[in-house]
Amino acid sequence: MDLSFTAEQEAFRDEVRSFIAGALPPHLAAKAAVDGHFEHHEVMEWHQILFRKGWVAPHWPQEVGGTGWDAARRFIFSEELEKAGVPTLSPFGLSMVGPLIIQFGSEAQKARFLPKILSGEEAWCQGYSEPEAGSDLASLRTTAVDDGKGGFVVNGQKTWTTYGQYADWIFCLVRTNASAKKQAGISFLLIDMKSPGVKAVPMLTTGHTPAFCDTYFDNAVVPQENVVGPVDGGWTMAKALLGHERTLIAAVGTSTRALARVKGIAAQHGLLEDAHWRGRIARLEIELEALRMQNYRALAGAQLGHAPGPESSVLKIRGSEILQQTLELAMDVMGPACMAWFTPDGVLAPQEQWIPSSFNYTRATTIYGGSNEIQRNVIAKWILGLPAQA
Amino acid sequence: MDFELTEEQKMLAESAASFARKTSPVERLRKLRTMPPTEGVEQRHPSVGDPRNWEKAVWRQMAELGWLGLFYPEEVGGLGLRFFDASLVIEKLGTTLVPEPYVASVVLGGWALLKAGDLAQQKRFLGPMIEGETSLALAWQERGARYDAGAVETKATRTAGGWSLSGEKVYVLNGHAADHLVVSARRPDGSLGLFVVDAGAPGLTVTSITTMDSNRAAFVKLDGVELEADRHLEAGDALAAVEWALDLAAAAACAEGLGIARAMTHATVEYIKVRKQFGVAIGTFQVLQHRAVDMFVQTQLLESTSVFACVNADGDDVDARRRTVSVAKARLGVGAKFVSQSAVQLHGGIGITDEHDIGLFFKRMQVLTTLFGDEEFHVRRFAARPGFDTTVGD
Repeated sequence: MDLSFTAEQEAFRDEVRSFIAGALPPHLAAKAAVDGHFEHHEVMEWHQILFRKGWVAPHWPQEVGGTGWDAARRFIFSEELEKAGVPTLSPFGLSMVGPLIIQFGSEAQKARFLPKILSGEEAWCQGYSEPEAGSDLASLRTTAVDDGKGGFVVNGQKTWTTYGQYADWIFCLVRTNASAKKQAGISFLLIDMKSPGVKAVPMLTTGHTPAFCDTYFDNAVVPQENVVGPVDGGWTMAKALLGHERTLIAAVGTSTRALARVKGIAAQHGLLEDAHWRGRIARLEIELEALRMQNYRALAGAQLGHAPGPESSVLKIRGSEILQQTLELAMDVMGPACMAWFTPDGVLAPQEQWIPSSFNYTRATTIYGGSNEIQRNVIAKWILGLPAQA
Repeated sequence: MDFELTEEQKMLAESAASFARKTSPVERLRKLRTMPPTEGVEQRHPSVGDPRNWEKAVWRQMAELGWLGLFYPEEVGGLGLRFFDASLVIEKLGTTLVPEPYVASVVLGGWALLKAGDLAQQKRFLGPMIEGETSLALAWQERGARYDAGAVETKATRTAGGWSLSGEKVYVLNGHAADHLVVSARRPDGSLGLFVVDAGAPGLTVTSITTMDSNRAAFVKLDGVELEADRHLEAGDALAAVEWALDLAAAAACAEGLGIARAMTHATVEYIKVRKQFGVAIGTFQVLQHRAVDMFVQTQLLESTSVFACVNADGDDVDARRRTVSVAKARLGVGAKFVSQSAVQLHGGIGITDEHDIGLFFKRMQVLTTLFGDEEFHVRRFAARPGFDTTVGD
């Protein structure tokens, strides 16, 4: 039982910190200082900085561009990025389709897609959810029909496509076999967003960011070689993708940063000495510390090569809840000022400016990546062994 | 960062689990406890009402297993391991509510003696306790003091040959059965002192009370109790020693609460798998499944926070000790209540009957959240830590 990082790991942490401090351009640093919303081009700017450093895909095997770091270093790296408030890289290429192509893709697919995911030359988005297929993903209806000429003709609609308007490629679950049972007729298909018949229409989130799209497919023709894994084997791909490491799942660094901001705002409003407010902040910090400890336990397991166990499902549930509670507390600490919405300079203190938007957008964290209710279903079935639901 | 148990630790935990199962299942507590008679109600679990509430023979067995000296130095008869090792035993003893005064005697009384006494005193009082011949208690709490170890009005005055103690202590765990009580008292210069008082000493009145969790505690009156000079523990700071012992006991409560939370979650999950209503197992209902999942989530958090507290509890870094113990004990307040209340709710009516074990676990959990500082106390202490205003997690 040893609950500390080694001297070597701490030295690595220092190296990461000083790299970030030196490499983050001033205009991004200024936005990070107030936890502002980063535009897509700003995210990609940071992506390319990390790419040039060789640190953009620490979790990839070294031979395809990874760093060769162990779980502890990857963890420290992620934690420091979160704590510094730098732009969060788009996960769709680096953490989702990239690892899937590495695991199941053909050599041609690896050569075609991986280098450009790494360099940031091509941005990706995810085509899973549909208007009638959310948590019940397997009921998706987008079809891909063999055109007899080496292609699929794709028709249908995807939704909540995060940053689809900026993406070069989309990975989709599509129905390739209409007669097969629910999960059995689905394929994992890579589609060029520039294909004729593909259109991403952005919509506003409650946080007033254009963070997701409806994506329409109208007789879009996609080469059959763009299927990852076997045709009709997409459900297996989707499950494998879920199993890939998601180091940021608990968002402890993000919540740590947000709670420090809560304290700053509370001090600004003269509330930090008030026993009631102090107690509320302390209670939430204790919840966050408990999550941090849980996270360390999961990390130690990963370090030993254990597959993510029950700890990681707890991380998603608690991590998202605590981040929401932190933003909610920030709103409460702001008091009446929390109603101000994208106001001119001088209305809110700089550290408060993005809180109302983030508070709204953060409601997504308990919905995406498998809603917390779905997470609970998973724990009920796979960990507690409870019977199928009535 | 390494959370794996060593082979020795795994064996220790396994032997404690087996001891709890075989030597002291929950029925043993039912037998030993004192039940006030209730007219017209047949007692389905007759109790003997043992005035001690625990058994010397079992205490000696625990000594033979090495548990009573696990984290004490070898020079006083211990095994020289760490408190974390003991926490593995405490967790398992919690799963069947073993009534022997492990925390009261080994953790509280023993640690105060170790930290405030000199080597001769340590050997004299810790040695026999570690052998299982005696048990100890720490009499630190006074009326109205709540969880403040420094709120002491009991007075220690000098006599020709030593000291005289007068005052009152409340809720002294194992105070009714201990051979020696380690008593805090204010010395003439206003500082806190610690003294060893024998059971049965002239001027000492011990009133045994029952507690909600089927255990016992004592109210202790000291009326000019005379002590030899060598009963004064003055090798270490008394207040620091008591506060440290209380932190250790709070960590122990977290370990025990974890054991109970596991037992309650397991029992509840198994129950809803077999209990049928509307023609189906109630465990098929999503609302109950999610409640059970949340019990599991809380138990996971109890485990993580308990490990950190127990590893830091006997370490020299006072700041880390206070921080991790307060995090774990405040979380126990939240998590233990959620788990135990949900367990009763999911059991339904049977959950609030005396004859079902879930109710005994529920009561012990409630007591554990109160002992050694409740949620409010530890949240307040956490918020008073240096750097709270400006930092998070450092």
